[in-house]
Amino acid sequence: MKWFKRKKKKKSPKSDKATRGLLIFAHPTTVIAVQELLRDEGYDIRVVSPPPSYRTGCDLSVEIPLEAEAAIVELLHSVRLAPMDVVPITSEGMEPLQFVRVKDFGKYLMVRAANMKITVDKETKVIVNISGGGCPDVPFLATSMLGKRLRDAPDPGEVGFSLCAYSLNTAREEIIKLIGD
Amino acid sequence: MLLLVGSVPVDKLPLIKGPVDFSTKGIEIGGTKLPINRGNEAMMTAACQVCKLLGLDKPIGLVAGDIGKREGSEAIYYYLMERLPSMEVDVMTLHYVMPDLKLNKKVLESVGQMQKKPVLIADAGSMYVAKAGGDASFYDVFTPDIGELTFLADEKADHPAFTRGAIFHMEENVSELIQRAYAARNAPPTMFVKGRVDYICHNGSIVATIEEPSVESMEPVGGTGDLITGMISGLIYAGKDPVDACMIAGKANRRAGELADPTPATQIAEIIRFIPQALAEVIEESG
Repeated sequence: MKWFKRKKKKKSPKSDKATRGLLIFAHPTTVIAVQELLRDEGYDIRVVSPPPSYRTGCDLSVEIPLEAEAAIVELLHSVRLAPMDVVPITSEGMEPLQFVRVKDFGKYLMVRAANMKITVDKETKVIVNISGGGCPDVPFLATSMLGKRLRDAPDPGEVGFSLCAYSLNTAREEIIKLIGD
Repeated sequence: MLLLVGSVPVDKLPLIKGPVDFSTKGIEIGGTKLPINRGNEAMMTAACQVCKLLGLDKPIGLVAGDIGKREGSEAIYYYLMERLPSMEVDVMTLHYVMPDLKLNKKVLESVGQMQKKPVLIADAGSMYVAKAGGDASFYDVFTPDIGELTFLADEKADHPAFTRGAIFHMEENVSELIQRAYAARNAPPTMFVKGRVDYICHNGSIVATIEEPSVESMEPVGGTGDLITGMISGLIYAGKDPVDACMIAGKANRRAGELADPTPATQIAEIIRFIPQALAEVIEESG
């Protein structure tokens, strides 16, 4: 019955007025440190793809509430994680994939995040293989991490530079959750 | 000329170009020795093995050191932009170059200025940037694994890390993913999808699958996909049709895995040494 129909509510004016901003960084993995710091400080943030004008094909940025921009930028300056740029946004960026797949090979466990796989000996916690990925730091990360126990291996979020390193870090964190380090 | 292009994980190694020599320890280009590793070293070794077996001249390697800081990849992009128009290249394989949408488009412009367009093969970062730039159909062969196929099937993703969850979860439906990738023009004419079952696709259709021998413990071994890309490159340079090259490379890779009898802790060097035997067997079988 027509008269019971409610008028559709208008969507929030997210797309008209910028209330969120993006912190742009030179390397996707800087975002890992920034993400941890800002979440610990209680900010409402999201890790997303940057706008087209900043896109190279391998990048990541941090979406922040614009009203907190000054405080956030000052905080990041103080820990030498200053962004290259801060831009207001009117549309939502895509978030990196957080889903993982786990495959049990008996003695070994493999975890895949996006295109990156890490395989660890369940008993010794030693990283025995890293595969997948396509950015140039992947072979470098593999060389640096292979043969080391999870807790002793360099953190791909710290020594890597690319989105593949970001995904490898996601896989590494998941495998630590599952079997310890 | 078979031109093999990509980065190697040696910080600040300048751009080098020259015939690729190989041994059981690694490859050598212009006097620079590069130990066996996943990535371009594995890809180039496999291509060299094909060329040696089939009596072809050595591939030419064009590499620069890049551990993710972009310098090496940029040196590669600029070299290709400037030099390609005057080069004679039959097959060019691009692998593990840091995605850069603008620079890659300039390289493709340079390809367009060549007297004869080479067969273009892309894997890893070079495949990501081709797709993200909307240029996949300019290439001839892609060699994604299943995770990368979900990225090609997602018309919105710029990088596999941005593949949307709903598409990431479609992995069991490989044929649907392949159809999506072709429908969105995110796939070149020929595609080799690496996985538990390998899918060989041509112009939007799955033309063959390879399931045997099945060596499940090869999946975690870093570099097995690179071997396939290298073999396909060599085989196309030898005059094989891209689909035939994919068939031979896929079968030889599985056979090499079977001969190596790997565990998930096996390293790629242990599989590489069986490639010549595996290739010889598969080529003989295929006539």
